[in-house]
Amino acid sequence: MFDIVAFIPRAVIQGIPLLYGCVGETITEKSGNLNLGTPGIMYVGGICGVIGSFVYEQKAGDHMIGFLAIAIPILCCLIGSLLMGLIYCFLTVTLRANQNVTGLAMTTFGVGIGNFFGGSLIKLSGADVPSIALSKTHAYISATLPFAKNLGWFGKIFLSYGFLAYAAIAMAIIAAITLKKTRVGLNLRAVGESPATADAAGINVIRYKYVATCLGAMIAGLGGLYYVMDFASGVWSNDAFGDRGWLAIALVIFTIWRPNIAIFASILFGGLCILHMFIPSGTNLAVKELYKGIPYLVTIIVLIFTSLRNKRENQPPASLGLSYFREDR
Amino acid sequence: MHQRKDQILDFSFDAVTVLWQKGTNVENKTPILQLRGITKRFGDIIANEKVNLDVYEGEILALLGENGSGKTTLMNMISGIYYPDEGEIFVKGQPVSIAKPEDAFHLGIGMIHQHFKLVDVLTATENIILGLKEPGGLDLKKAADRIKEICDTYGFEIDPNQKIYNMSVSQKQTVEIVKVLYRGADILILDEPTAVLTPQEAEKLFNVLRNMKKDGKSVIIITHKLNEVMEISDRVTILRKGQYICDLETKTASVQALTDAMVGHAVELNIDRPQPVDPKPRIMVDHLTVRSQDGVLKLKDVSFTANSGEILGIAGIAGNGQKELLEAIAGLQPAENGDIYYIEEDGSKEELLGMDPLKIAAMGVSLSFVPEDRLGMGLVGNMDLTENMMLRSFRNGKGVFTDRKSPHDLAEHVVEELEVNTPSVTTPVRKLSGGNVQKVLVGREIASAPTVLLTAYAVRGLDINSSYLIYDLINKQKKNGVAVVYVGEDLDVLLELCDRILVLCDGQVSGILDGRTAQKNEVGLMMTKVGGGEAE
Repeated sequence: MFDIVAFIPRAVIQGIPLLYGCVGETITEKSGNLNLGTPGIMYVGGICGVIGSFVYEQKAGDHMIGFLAIAIPILCCLIGSLLMGLIYCFLTVTLRANQNVTGLAMTTFGVGIGNFFGGSLIKLSGADVPSIALSKTHAYISATLPFAKNLGWFGKIFLSYGFLAYAAIAMAIIAAITLKKTRVGLNLRAVGESPATADAAGINVIRYKYVATCLGAMIAGLGGLYYVMDFASGVWSNDAFGDRGWLAIALVIFTIWRPNIAIFASILFGGLCILHMFIPSGTNLAVKELYKGIPYLVTIIVLIFTSLRNKRENQPPASLGLSYFREDR
Repeated sequence: MHQRKDQILDFSFDAVTVLWQKGTNVENKTPILQLRGITKRFGDIIANEKVNLDVYEGEILALLGENGSGKTTLMNMISGIYYPDEGEIFVKGQPVSIAKPEDAFHLGIGMIHQHFKLVDVLTATENIILGLKEPGGLDLKKAADRIKEICDTYGFEIDPNQKIYNMSVSQKQTVEIVKVLYRGADILILDEPTAVLTPQEAEKLFNVLRNMKKDGKSVIIITHKLNEVMEISDRVTILRKGQYICDLETKTASVQALTDAMVGHAVELNIDRPQPVDPKPRIMVDHLTVRSQDGVLKLKDVSFTANSGEILGIAGIAGNGQKELLEAIAGLQPAENGDIYYIEEDGSKEELLGMDPLKIAAMGVSLSFVPEDRLGMGLVGNMDLTENMMLRSFRNGKGVFTDRKSPHDLAEHVVEELEVNTPSVTTPVRKLSGGNVQKVLVGREIASAPTVLLTAYAVRGLDINSSYLIYDLINKQKKNGVAVVYVGEDLDVLLELCDRILVLCDGQVSGILDGRTAQKNEVGLMMTKVGGGEAE
């Protein structure tokens, strides 16, 4: 009936892009910046990685070096997302523009960039289908441990992923520990809760906001890269990434700003996204289409329930969405 | 300081000129902190102009001035929040530049802000060590031990692991003070520290300050409560309209002289209390019980009557049900139990509970409410004076278009009558200072000729001049036969202004006293314990 051993790995690979987005956005929001540009940043991260590996695959031909095949797309992805983070910070932190408007503009901008360069590359490659396939890079990035196949269900559930999936989980754990246990994390939380307090306590609010937001953008960008290079087998087609960025932002609220919870929450959401393939619906395809709406429905329900929670620790950072100016009167 | 002498001599009040003499005990010491010619502008507004200030080791200096006289701005420059446009700051004789709060810590300067700078969701310890660059990892246990040590030295009581949002105002203030001491501050600046404390808590704070003074620390206390200046300070520096006026030895000064120097002209310090004329019950609250949305009991079985032509004072520590009580009468707060009646001239009763403000107005009850949260509930910050006046009158028009003429006239009238300091009636209200915002609100509410006037902290944050203006306005309403309910925090004022005082404690009526005979101590005890009696 329900094949759990097949279901879990697919839920995980669906969930990893969300996890990257969610951890990145959580770190950003902890600094008081509500970066609604995250969906756009994930697009940019994806397309920059694609451009990098496309150029490298063209140049190297058959003599690709494993390290470069992995490092170049990752580096390009990080640079692209960093630039997006810097633009966002410059606008909202330095110029104190409205965060919501800036974020939404960044998303439109990022999706546009992704589709523009994606379209250009498709033209350049002269492919028959409207997509670019980077199968060699995919092979490097999604490589699993050689013995994983021999371990049966254990291997399938725990060891069947590319290294970027484990990196996402490691990052979530590191982020959770940093936020909770370290001085830097304490300072960052204070910046997001009350920048005036943090400032009066001698914390460089501007620097914390910049670093956290840019770091968050880079982590979110990796989610876009993982999606193309691992999940989608190295195939970029325009708009394929879809609404995952928005789901990632909803997850931040669902996980009450805790990256460790995000690990399970993102896999849960990943599972919801593919549930329609595992629920027997007979021949009625219309019902299947309705099942595809489950993650969005759950998001709405989750948002309703989280807004009912009134424990103080579970509230969003108090100054989320507000810009800070020390000499404000 | 000598170059300022000419100004002081210009000063026409003999009392002050006579009092102007430098104390002999500070003559020989060098100041630990000196400000020379400090100027700060915000756009066109000059907040401080060429201000000089000296603070000596082991003294308590009171910085006295009206609202907008630039006390807080000046202190913010010492603590690194603002940067001065002109002038020099010397610490222990060395010229220094304080560009950010961190610089201030390194110089041993710590400020306790009026609006506490604490992160609600963190514990006391986490707040105290926030932003410190101590070597090693984050060791909350070690920090908590050091906090305990500091607390024992000066006589504080706090639980290092308690979250800020669970703390009382007084506890939060303690955390703030420990925070600056933890950072090794020698100069402490307290911005209106007693504004939110009960008399007993204030006394406790003063004892702590005296301990610090004994320990050789210097304390600057910003205040406009003159009795506190007299009680705690060694010297007083007076600012007026951003300028340095003079400094005096506290023991040679008098309350009247200080007030005159602060305001710039002679001020009558007695609050008028006319006898109530023909008091008749107007509002009757009967066994009122109110629960907040999350089920916390806010008012428990409250019963009292407010009479026409009388001021009923409501005393109590902030957050003991005052807000809920006023809101229940104004039709903004549903109640679990009880009744609120409005009693007409002819003695007929009408139930107010369960009505909203619109229905209450439709019943012909003219009720004015000056809420505690001026810019949240009373006025709209982004709208100008005229538009804020319209909030009360916009329903009066007949056609599709609103009548802007009469609110405009009303706004001009209020500005003139109450001396509101605003560039024009088209200025957004949020740009006005707290005192002026309050005048606009009170002016509007009184203009509607109410029969019941509810005021919550009508003079909070207002300077002496504006406060007296408000007291006069309230008294005028009383003489007109209005039933005034006055929620206040300054017990001295409550005792001077009100005919009767109802003390709330924990949402219960702790007692109702006659304002003419009640003692401050008695009220203070009733605030902390239902029914009063010996506390602790």
